Amino acid sequence: MSRKIGRIVAASLATLAVAATAGCTSAGSGDSGGGTIELWTHAGGNEAELGVITSMVDDFNASQDDYTVEITDFPQDAYNDAVVAAATSDNLPCIVDIDGPNVANWAWAGYIQPLGLPEETYDGQLAGTLGVVDDEVYAYGFFDVALAMFSRESTLADAGVRVPTVDEPWTGEEFADALAKIDGLNRFDYAVDFGTGGGGEWIPYAYSPLLQSFGGDLIDRSDFQTADGVLNGPEALAWAEWFRGLVDSGYMAQASGEDATADFVNGTSGILYTGNWADTTVREAFDDAVVLPPPDFGDGPKIGAGSWQWGLTTGCDDVDGARAYLEFAHDTKYFVQYGEATGLIPATLDAAAEIPAYAEGGDNRIYLELADQFAVVRPETAAYPYISSVFQKATQDILSGGDAKSILDKAVSDIDRDIQQNGGYEF
Amino acid sequence: MVTTEATVLPDLEPPASRANRTSGANRPGRRSRVLITVARIAIVGFFALPIVFMLVSSLKPDLQIFADLGSWRAFAPVGEVSLDNYAGVFDRVPFWQFLANSVVISGVTVVLGILINSMAAFALARLRWRGRGFVLTLILATLIVPFETLALPLLWWVNKLPSLEANGFSLEFSQGWLNTYHVQIIPFIANAFSVYLFYQYFSSIPRELDEAARVDGAGWFAIYARVVMPLSGPAIATVAILTFLPAWNSYLWPLMVIQSEELRPVMIGLQYFFQLNVSWGQVMAYSSLITVPVVALFIAFQKSFINSIASSGVKG
Amino acid sequence: MTTHTVAPAQAEPAHPTSTSTRGRRRALKGERSAAAWMISPALVLFALFLLIPIALAFGLAFTDTRLISPRPGQFVGLENFAYLFSDPVFWASVRNTFLFAVVVVPVQAGSALLLALLVNAKVRGTTFFRTVYFLPVVTSMVVVSLLWRFMYQKDGLINQALSGLTGGLYSPIDWLNDPVWALPAIMFMSIWQGVAFHMVIWLAGLQTIPAERYEASEIDGANRLQQFRFVTWPGLRQTATLILVTITIASFSLFTQIAVMTQGGPLDSTTTVVYQAVRTGYQQLQTGLASAISLVFFVLVLIVSGIQRYLTRERS
Repeated sequence: MSRKIGRIVAASLATLAVAATAGCTSAGSGDSGGGTIELWTHAGGNEAELGVITSMVDDFNASQDDYTVEITDFPQDAYNDAVVAAATSDNLPCIVDIDGPNVANWAWAGYIQPLGLPEETYDGQLAGTLGVVDDEVYAYGFFDVALAMFSRESTLADAGVRVPTVDEPWTGEEFADALAKIDGLNRFDYAVDFGTGGGGEWIPYAYSPLLQSFGGDLIDRSDFQTADGVLNGPEALAWAEWFRGLVDSGYMAQASGEDATADFVNGTSGILYTGNWADTTVREAFDDAVVLPPPDFGDGPKIGAGSWQWGLTTGCDDVDGARAYLEFAHDTKYFVQYGEATGLIPATLDAAAEIPAYAEGGDNRIYLELADQFAVVRPETAAYPYISSVFQKATQDILSGGDAKSILDKAVSDIDRDIQQNGGYEF
Repeated sequence: MVTTEATVLPDLEPPASRANRTSGANRPGRRSRVLITVARIAIVGFFALPIVFMLVSSLKPDLQIFADLGSWRAFAPVGEVSLDNYAGVFDRVPFWQFLANSVVISGVTVVLGILINSMAAFALARLRWRGRGFVLTLILATLIVPFETLALPLLWWVNKLPSLEANGFSLEFSQGWLNTYHVQIIPFIANAFSVYLFYQYFSSIPRELDEAARVDGAGWFAIYARVVMPLSGPAIATVAILTFLPAWNSYLWPLMVIQSEELRPVMIGLQYFFQLNVSWGQVMAYSSLITVPVVALFIAFQKSFINSIASSGVKG
Repeated sequence: MTTHTVAPAQAEPAHPTSTSTRGRRRALKGERSAAAWMISPALVLFALFLLIPIALAFGLAFTDTRLISPRPGQFVGLENFAYLFSDPVFWASVRNTFLFAVVVVPVQAGSALLLALLVNAKVRGTTFFRTVYFLPVVTSMVVVSLLWRFMYQKDGLINQALSGLTGGLYSPIDWLNDPVWALPAIMFMSIWQGVAFHMVIWLAGLQTIPAERYEASEIDGANRLQQFRFVTWPGLRQTATLILVTITIASFSLFTQIAVMTQGGPLDSTTTVVYQAVRTGYQQLQTGLASAISLVFFVLVLIVSGIQRYLTRERS
């Protein structure tokens, strides 16, 4: 009987194996060698960005005979999971793009290696567009995004508040005053929309700069070993009370709509705080649209930095080829193409000069100035993905009216516990 | 779980002959008919309106969707109505490719699932062997393990499994099931709930049928294939729908195991529309597109799902 | 398993009288080997894709393994469990999971039965209404959750409708952002999505009740309510168990709605055990801790299904 069962099990396994073959014909494998270099991007479904990548790759493939770069594109929301799954199964391609704040974690995990391009390659590049860990460049990006506030001249004029500038941003008090006056117009459901309906990485990207402007931070950046005192200190508490206060006073929705930009354009809110990707939509809707720097809550205005960047994986069979491509691509021409196609901030000053909107006096110049003067990268530590997750929950709990002190203390103890469990995330 | 099947059919009459006369005994009077229809129509709104909202929004530009959100206009194709969102969808994603993948993956999962689970249930419900009570309990115990909690270890594990790959004319083993069709199919074939459904149903089919077939010299496989399965239309339809829906809607797993675009199923396609600026109109259009085939399938299947008890044509 | 005791007794006379003991033994042996062949494919698949991952999760739960890390996981004993049991968020998720099941299981089963009775009435248009009611079931949960996120907004359709109905007396609730209302809102939506599926299972059950029983009860002068109590309900007992099991499974695995609509908030009022397991495992990369959550979940679910089994057994 048992021998029979054994035979049957074997037969069943064989059936499975046959079934496996049937599905295998179109399977691709991680590194096909033979001069082919695989490249993964998050730009699936984003025609503008994917178009530029395709043209760079085509140019490179045509420029020499040794290597062929092959693109696989993923939708952005699925991309990180796909890379992590591939990494756990040793299936990474040679070249990957990485969301800026993940660079340190992937470097620490051994997914990516230093690019090894000559130092001078990066001259004139915005700091936020380089993925630097332990003094080594692990990734570079072609563009960055800036956070800003949008409003209308008419709104501000009717409310009787001055238009702030990069050189003279609103102070915290001025901002509070402006909100009160805009609210007094009774023209909008909410005086300001901070995009509180958003989730995921939007939260640390958009709100940790506000926290930093108050003088707090996600982690003590001197050695990245603890969040104690910075994420739960008096400055952080002030930030939390201010943020929740906006909800209590009715100036801001606890959770804004699905699309804050659409709501702003439809007249729901007086001021919109979002990334400069909203620029086109806003300017098309309003002739008198104005772009404002974020307020200065004490430590100067701050905005997030670090968007998608390109890196080189450790498992790459053809490092020379991949490097050749990355060096080829780091050309002002492509920075310009990226900037023109996406409307986002070109990562080098040379490229900015060639794009009219970003050149001196251009409509979008303000974003470059914001990125140049106020950008703070999210902490360059391998602990970042964990910190981000904890901060997301903490911020949402604070907005929901939870006790700020205990929420932030719990966040700090979770973060410190994680760092300690990972041996301080030492390299 | 429950093993009361014998009590359900005390008269051992074949199900079909009864069902033809089912519940026709009391056809409601005129007044209750009107009441019933009114109630039914009221409930239609409850179930249909969110879906109408999806369909209607798929015809509108983003700003209009949000402008209409708080009024009856959300349910009416008014204002700037066009098929632009659909054009955008076909521009942005290889829709037909995704659709074909999902059809293949769900279809094969359903067919193999019906076959393998019904055979197992047949062995459990109609054959005598030692240990079957234990095996049944074991299978039922796995009923309530949600997939999400096993996804990570399963990912690690399927990556260790060998695949046979055709390389020209020779077969080669390669390691790992990632990035294939079968990794989206094989782990989901055996299903405790399907086994349970078949087991329940098989237990209600009179055993005399087996014995009669035995006397005619039929083997157990023949009884399974020619006697029991033809009587099990409703169970097959239920299992088909129960297997199809999660296969069609699966999202987490393909995200983890599929890299190349040619192998992606429809649900992953939804992610393409969530960029920095979410294009909600296209999200609605794409959602409508992936829902329609399932609705069509239900309309086609519901006859056997509900009615085939009455019409499965018992020849026993 | 009652059938097991009934069947052989009935089977004996069916065998030709000349059958010797040896022949019968051979027949039994044939039955056993047929059973082995038929159940093995399913068992192999269960072992490969359910038991092994469960075993892996079991092992990982006692380590500090990370999803992304250059450091190999190390054995940490019960540390993960100690952390969990001292973590208020984990307790909140256990509480919410049970709360959700306790409300959704009876409400969904009950409303599904009401719907089934409504749809089963012999009035024109049954197919149409059945199909419309079924629409939410065939729509992907991700899509459904997105749609309801729109409708639950503070200035969304549901609030507009409610204040319209009450003549403005009602002050709008920010459904998904109110710690009191978020979980009920998700319960309501989940029932809306799933109820028609169970309506169809009830319908299938209703169809198996022989018409003669209704006729007989009518002759006895039973009214509608008595008919339901003494004919319909007893005939649905097996269906009831099936429905109880399916809804319990679905409630305990509550995840997609949470991930799309609230991410566990506001203030942990909607977090669930499966949601915590996924969040810990993928977003926070703590594979070991996530496995510990899964393990606790398995134990909880085993206890619940044990209780359920006990209760359904007592009833029958």
